Parts: sequence; structure tokens; C-alpha cells
Amino acid sequence: MEEDALNQSTAAEADISLHMLSESPSGSVVIYVVPESSTVLPEGVSVYVGQRRTALLRAGGQMRVAVALKEVLASLETWIKQVLQVMSFSHGDITAALSDRVRPGDRSREGLADSMRAFKSSPGYEITFSLLNPDPTSHLLHWDVEAAISSYIQPLLSKMAPVANFSIDSQILYYAVLGVNPRYDPTLNAYTLNADSLSHVINPVEARLGSSAASSNPVLNFLLYVPDSRHSPLHITDHRRHTVPSNAFSSPRWGGIMVYNVNASGTELPVDVHIDMRRVMGVFLPQLRLMLGVQSAAPPPGFLIGPCGNAGLADWELDRLMWTRSVENVATATTTITSLAQLLDQIGNIVINDNIAEQVSSAVASLQLAVGQLEVGNLGLAMQYSKEAILQSERAFFDPSLLHLLYFPDDQKFAIYIPLFLPMCVPILLSLLKMASEVRQRPGQGQAKKD
Amino acid sequence: TAICQSITQLMMWYANNAKYFPPPSTAKDQFQEELVIKPLHSGDIYASFQFRTQWDTDFLLGSKVSHYRLFPKSLGQVISKFSVRELHISFTQGYWRTMQWGQPFLPSPPGAELWVWFQDTVTDVDLAWKELTNVLSGIFCASLNFIDSTNTVQPSASFKPLGVGNVTDQRFLRYAVLPREIVCTENLTPWKKLLPCGSKAGLAVLMKSEKLFHSSFHSQALHIRPVCKDWQCKSTSWELRQTLNVVFDLHTSGQGKREWSLFKMFSRTLTEACPLASSSKVYVDITDNPQLFELSPATPLVSQAVVLGDGRTYSVYDLTDHATFGQTHSLNVLLRWRAAEREMLRPLLHGERYVAGYGLQTGEIHTLVYNNHPYRAFPVLLLDTVPWYLRLYIHTLTVTSKGRDNKPSYIHYQPSKDRLQPHLLEMLIQLPPNSVTEVTVQFERALLKWTEYTPDPNHGFYVGSSVISALVPSVVAMDTNNTQERPLFSSFFPCKEESTYFMRIYTEPLLVNLPTPDFSMPYNVICLTCTVVAVGYGSLYNLLTRTFQVEEPSQGLAKRLANIIRRLRGVPLLT
Repeated sequence: MEEDALNQSTAAEADISLHMLSESPSGSVVIYVVPESSTVLPEGVSVYVGQRRTALLRAGGQMRVAVALKEVLASLETWIKQVLQVMSFSHGDITAALSDRVRPGDRSREGLADSMRAFKSSPGYEITFSLLNPDPTSHLLHWDVEAAISSYIQPLLSKMAPVANFSIDSQILYYAVLGVNPRYDPTLNAYTLNADSLSHVINPVEARLGSSAASSNPVLNFLLYVPDSRHSPLHITDHRRHTVPSNAFSSPRWGGIMVYNVNASGTELPVDVHIDMRRVMGVFLPQLRLMLGVQSAAPPPGFLIGPCGNAGLADWELDRLMWTRSVENVATATTTITSLAQLLDQIGNIVINDNIAEQVSSAVASLQLAVGQLEVGNLGLAMQYSKEAILQSERAFFDPSLLHLLYFPDDQKFAIYIPLFLPMCVPILLSLLKMASEVRQRPGQGQAKKD
Repeated sequence: TAICQSITQLMMWYANNAKYFPPPSTAKDQFQEELVIKPLHSGDIYASFQFRTQWDTDFLLGSKVSHYRLFPKSLGQVISKFSVRELHISFTQGYWRTMQWGQPFLPSPPGAELWVWFQDTVTDVDLAWKELTNVLSGIFCASLNFIDSTNTVQPSASFKPLGVGNVTDQRFLRYAVLPREIVCTENLTPWKKLLPCGSKAGLAVLMKSEKLFHSSFHSQALHIRPVCKDWQCKSTSWELRQTLNVVFDLHTSGQGKREWSLFKMFSRTLTEACPLASSSKVYVDITDNPQLFELSPATPLVSQAVVLGDGRTYSVYDLTDHATFGQTHSLNVLLRWRAAEREMLRPLLHGERYVAGYGLQTGEIHTLVYNNHPYRAFPVLLLDTVPWYLRLYIHTLTVTSKGRDNKPSYIHYQPSKDRLQPHLLEMLIQLPPNSVTEVTVQFERALLKWTEYTPDPNHGFYVGSSVISALVPSVVAMDTNNTQERPLFSSFFPCKEESTYFMRIYTEPLLVNLPTPDFSMPYNVICLTCTVVAVGYGSLYNLLTRTFQVEEPSQGLAKRLANIIRRLRGVPLLT
């Protein structure tokens, strides 16, 4: 059966038919070794990474001679290690997941940047698409965001449903301007925003975006900015003053901004503009993947990574993400409980109610379950338990009843008793002074007596 | 000619029909803005902004509403998360003086007022209400989070839904007033942000906070309700109405000159309409013209509307029309007074309230309701919410009109529970023509726990305004059919009969002193006791640590005196 599957003409088809044959559990990686003569893999490619949890590995030249299984495996070991490095959870991922808590050490800059770009793990995310129209008198913008979201964004999010809950909304903001005045570049005959000034762009817009009123989950913002006709066309340039082809940039743990130029050559204002959502989502979708922590490192040489299909996310990528998120959640929940304990050590008069104690103990129980499931390799359950652990630990930590006696500091208590302590000090001090003067006089007297 | 006549008739019929069937617009949401300027009887000037966003969507159905165009996202999220059917919130600084100013278009009590109708699908209304107030206090930067069960009531009759729908079960209604709330710029800024054009274009340019708050009365409100999509009312759409009412004082900011202009009031002029608005108009009430004032620039557009039972005439400036702005590209409406101030008004319905009695133990709340109509009696609904720390003696409740007992035809009383719920008293009272009806009830002041006092307890405790709702006989017949075409300010309260109109007035809030302990007393006691203890300790300490030495007894006073005299005389001294 599997041989039939492997005899397919292309690797992608082989991948799909292998998946039909046997469903591999989440977290596992199945490597099929194909003979060197096989035509499944294209020329020059020795490893094909499929969109499920399978990889096809071309056997080396020495395989033709019949040898013991042990030796075969030994010869494949380096390749298998590399495959696992790409497809599964590795040491680097752990350090990336815990980058907030562990010293970066000798990690690569790129990995650090990747982990800083992604949002921290949270049980839910709010994704907001905002269309900024700074000048509604000249442009009348239409965007079919509803259809675009359902065809481009929703497949990815429904695939990522085990990781977190997502809610999407969109809005149009009028008279929203960027915080920086773009500069006119005569060589390009266009206005430019340099990469150095991008950090100032977001602030004035953010005041208009509005936080989410309905939940406290982190918000991912994606802004589509259509420059007004006086500042059009507008291009984003990088540090070497080359224009960026996507005309977009992302802000770590905040979201992405794309500048969409329209050539408003219409005579009658306002000009009706229909926005090409395919182009827009082509920029926002990779940004969203990065923000949600899907890592996309360049594969080692000889690797071919199959197209990730409709959902935009391969199964093994999802597995890796779930590994990372579970570890991160476990770490976060542990930190929260530990800091609650530290707080209790520092401030003795905090009252811990029964319900808080219950939350803490159930958080610890979920943490233990999550760690146990992680050890077994049950990613789905581990993810679920770690989410519960986070929720319970935060509910315990942020319980309002903890605040009641938090601010009754010791110095105030002493201030109340000053009327007692101060008059009591007076006779004590006086007698001390007297004793001191007596001590000073006594040696003098002693000498006088000797004389 | 007969054919000609019939053709013109037909064309007129078509024209009429075109007016009644508005062309189906492709946009599902629309925005209107409007400013009414009304010279008041006292010589002050009343400016009322209304912004209306109407959206043909359904927050109530299962499908999640998440794509916003003109409607603000934050409010849409609130509606869908808390299953709100209607939401009315107002922030008011100052008290509306009915005797001098007449009736406002939209009444509001001093402080903050919030009333919400929830969907009948909500299971735990109290929890939803609690969360909703917290979210709203975040949105409007106000202390609405102080709304809890001790100041929330469920009125049975006074606050009916103003939108479409027939849910009138009071279990889904919550009403609360915070009379202490102070309204300032930090409440205005988030309110302005909810407008599609912000304060960048359209009428909202005029809203400069340093001018708006330098006024006798300032009230900003927000009303969300489901309304009929068209006059046939087959489907509903959601209406968000943002209103802002200001009364500018003639004497404090007029600098002696009796003239007004947009620039003087707001220190801005109008240059354009909000480009997203389907209509953008400035109305000036010229019913009393030309005896009272003179208006420039002149406008050919005049509109008649029936407002609060009275036919009024308005000059209309249409901002979507470029000709309005003229040569200078800006519109600065100027009013110049001619007549002197006039005597007080006699509004048809008027209410007053005060606290009587002496001492800090008992007192009496008096509510006076005036019916100034010469020959018609009408019923009013009186709603009183009194906090629990004023314990009402409900057996002392008396209602008298013209010296005779006037028995209310309906009384709904919900007693208070200490620290849990306030008193709620609702009465339906028939007001005889040309009369003053007095409602009195005695109360006892409760002692609070020391943590329950406000930071300035000697200022007193506020009791929210009474609400008087009535169907008042109108002077002019109202047009009940066509509410779509009417200006926004005249079409807020639904009107079902031609001869009466709905009116709601608020009385003054009360400021009541409660028995207040001396909060420094514990500290004084501590000081005193500690000093006494310290003195005792000091003497004991001295006794224990001093070393005692025998001293030569000193000479007596008589001996010393004798020695002085002896020294003077040169006689040997005594030893």
C-alpha cells in the first residue's frame, strides 16, 4: 500500500496518499526512506517535508548494498537529526519560548527576533483589521473585508483553534493620520517613510483604534493605510533607502501596517476606490503567522518544504506551535503562582480566601497534568491543561480581595504610636546623656584621687 | 387642459410618494448631524448638537457582528457582548432651569444617568449590568463603576423602551443615577471619538472643550436603540444618537454686548460638513423673530416643526450645500438681540424638590409638581429613588393638590435594604388644572459605618433627582405618521397621539447632611492616652533609675530674709 503511495509521480501527491493510509498522532513525525532511484523527489532534493507529519528521505548511495538495518539507520542519522530539527520541537524552541525568563546567552539574533515578534501565549486573541482613510473628501474606500477574512484568514485560524480562541473584527477610521510626515523623494517621484521613522507612526493612530471593550485578550492590529492624494504615492524604504516591495511593516507584539497606494486620477471627488483584498491579505497573512508564533526558518540545503495548502499551516508546524505554547503556558503559570507566593512572603497581612486557595491548588493540579501529558506527548491535552493552569493562576493572582489589606504599610502603624514613643524617649535619652556625662567625669575623678 | 391638469396631479402624487418612499440606498449605515441654536427667553443661548448613526444590522441574531463602518466598534462590541436592547447614558454638569429656559429637547439629570434594557435572553441581568457599567466607565472615563446594587433600581413604569419592540418586563431594566459625578473634558474626548468624523470635520469642529465647559449647562448623552428601518417598520435597524446640549450665559461671556455668533460661542466657525454625513444642518429658532433678535447671514430655507407640543419656525443652513458658506468659505451665524430680558416663563409642567426639617435625626422630602395648564388635568408618573441611609417612613406619605388630599391611582414601592438596595417609589398622580401638587414623605437618617463615609462627609450626601414623566397636552397637533423627515431634535421620543406629547423632567438633586462623627477623634484619643502613659512611664523610670543623695536642708525663708536685713545693718549673720 505504502509503496503504491510512494510510486506517485510527485512528492506532494505521495504525501497526501500517505496521509490517507495512516493518520499519525499529533506530535509525531513519520519519515519514509525512499530509494535513491525513486522519482518521487525532484532532482537534487534529498528531503521532502510534507504538509502533514511526514517527510520523505532519499537514501544515500551506499544503500544499494544489502547491509544490516543498524548500519542503514546509522548512515541516515545525520539526515534524520536535521529533519527533526526542522519538523519537531527542539532545544532552540524551548529557549525561544522561555526567552522572557532565560538569559539569551549565545542564541542567534534571528531566533531572538522571531520570538520577540510573536505575541505571548494567551488563551485568546482579538484580531482587528482597520482601514485608515485620512481624507474621506477625496477617497471613498470600499473593502470587502468580510469575504477576504473568510477566504484567507479563517482557514488558518480554524486550524489553529486548539491553540487559542480568535475573534476577528474590522473597522474603518476616518481622518486617522500617521504620526510622521512623509518626505518627498524626487528620484522616486514619490513620498517615502524611512524605516527609522516607522517607530513614530503608530502612536497617534493607536489613540483612535480603541481597546477591545469586550475582553482582556491581547489585540493584534492590522492597519491598511490609504494615503491622501497630497501624499500619494507613499513608499516605505528600508535602512538602505530601497523601497520595500510589500510596502508594509510589522511592529513586534502589536500588529502590522500596510500602505496601499491608489492612483486617484478621477476628476470628480470623492473617488470610489475598491481595494484589492487579495493583495492586502497576501501581506497580512504572513504577518499574522509571525505574530502568532509560527516560525519559518530557512530550511537547510537539500530540503524541500511542501506547499502548506489551503490553511497556510502544515500539521507539523501546528505541532511545533503547540509544543512551544504549552511550554510557555506552563512557565507563565508557574511564574504567576511563584510570584503570588513571594508576595505572601513579603506582605504578611494579605488574606487568602478559600476560593483563592482553591484556584491555586487547581492551577497546580492542571500544571502537573500538563507536564505529564507533555511527557507522554499528548499535545492536545497538554495544551488544554496548560491553558487552564494559566487561567486559574491569573484568576488567583488578580483576585480583588487580595488588594484589601495590601496598602496598610508598617510606617503608618509606627506613625500612630509616635505620641507614645516620643515622650517615652525623653527620659530615656536624658538618663543616657547623664550616664554619658558621668562616665566622662568618673575617669577625671579617679585621676584626681590618685593625685 | 383637463389632460394637463390630471398630469400635474399625477406628478404631484408621484412627488408625494417619492417623499414617502425614500430611495433604497446601497449603504447599510448612514450618518446625520444637526445643530439647533435657540435663543432662550432669559437672553441666554441654547445650542444642541445631535449626531445620528443608523445601521441596518441585527445585533440580536446569532450571527456575530464584527465589521464596522460608521458605527463605533467599541459600542458595537458592548451591545453584542452584553445583549443590550437599549442603552441611554448622559453626563450633565449644571441644572436645567425650566423657569428661565423652557424645555430642553432631551432632558437629563445633573451628574451621570444610565438606564439599560437588556434582551430577554439574558439570564443573569445583575451580573451583565455590573460588567456593563465597568466597561462603560472605561469607555467614557467616568466613575460609572460606582454603580452597584445600592443605587440601581428597576422602575416599573417610568422608563419604557423608546425603540421598537414590546419587551416591557421590568426584570430586564436597570436604572441608576450618580448625582455626584462631575463632568469634564476627559468625558468629552472619548465621546467625540465615537463620531465617524471625530472632531476633524463637520459640526463637531465646534466642540472645543474650554468653551463648552465655560457655560451654565453642559450635557452630553448617548442613546442606542433599535428603530424602524423605514416608515413601514417591517425591519429594524440600530440607531446611535449622540447629543450634546450647552447653554451659554449671556452675562458672563457676552462682555456687555447683546450679540452672539458661532465664533463667540465656540471660537470656531463652520467650513464644511462631515463628508460622511448624509445630512448636515444648522437650525436657528426664529419663532420669536424679529421682535427679539436679528439673524445674519440670511438664509432662504425655513423649516416648520412641532417641538414639545408647540409649532416652531427654524432657519436652516444646509452645510452639504456649498452656497451656504458663501464667499468667505466659512459660516458664522450671528444673532443680535433687540428686546430686553423678559419675565419668567410659566412652563406647563414643572417640578421642584427640597428637604425640610431640622436636626440630624429626621427630615422631610417635599416634591412640588406644577401643572400650569389653565383648564386641562393630566396624569404624571413620579419616580423617586432614595438611598438606604435615608429611611423613609412611607406611612407619612401625603399627596395634596389645592389643599385637598389627592390619592395616587398607582403606587409602586420597593423598600430599601441596608447596604443592599435603595428605596424606589413610583406614583401615578392626576394633576388638576392650574395647580401645585405637593408630595411629602418623612425620613430618618441612618448612621453609617466609618468606612462608608465619603472623603468629604461634611459636604453632605446627594440624593438623585426625581423623575417626572408625563403625557402633556400639546398646543399644536403633532404629526404622528412621518417621523423620517423630521429634524432629529424633534423626533426622539416616540409620539403616538396627536393631542399630547411625552415629556420627562428632572427635579433638583438633594444634598442631605448625615450625622457625621469626628473622624480625628480616634487619633486624639490615641494621642491623649499615649501622653498619659508616657508621663506615667517617665516618672516610674525616673524613680527606678535616679540615684538619691542626702542634701543639707536649705535655710528657711524667714532666716534668709533675716540674714538680708542683718547684712544691710552690718550685724553678723545667722547660721
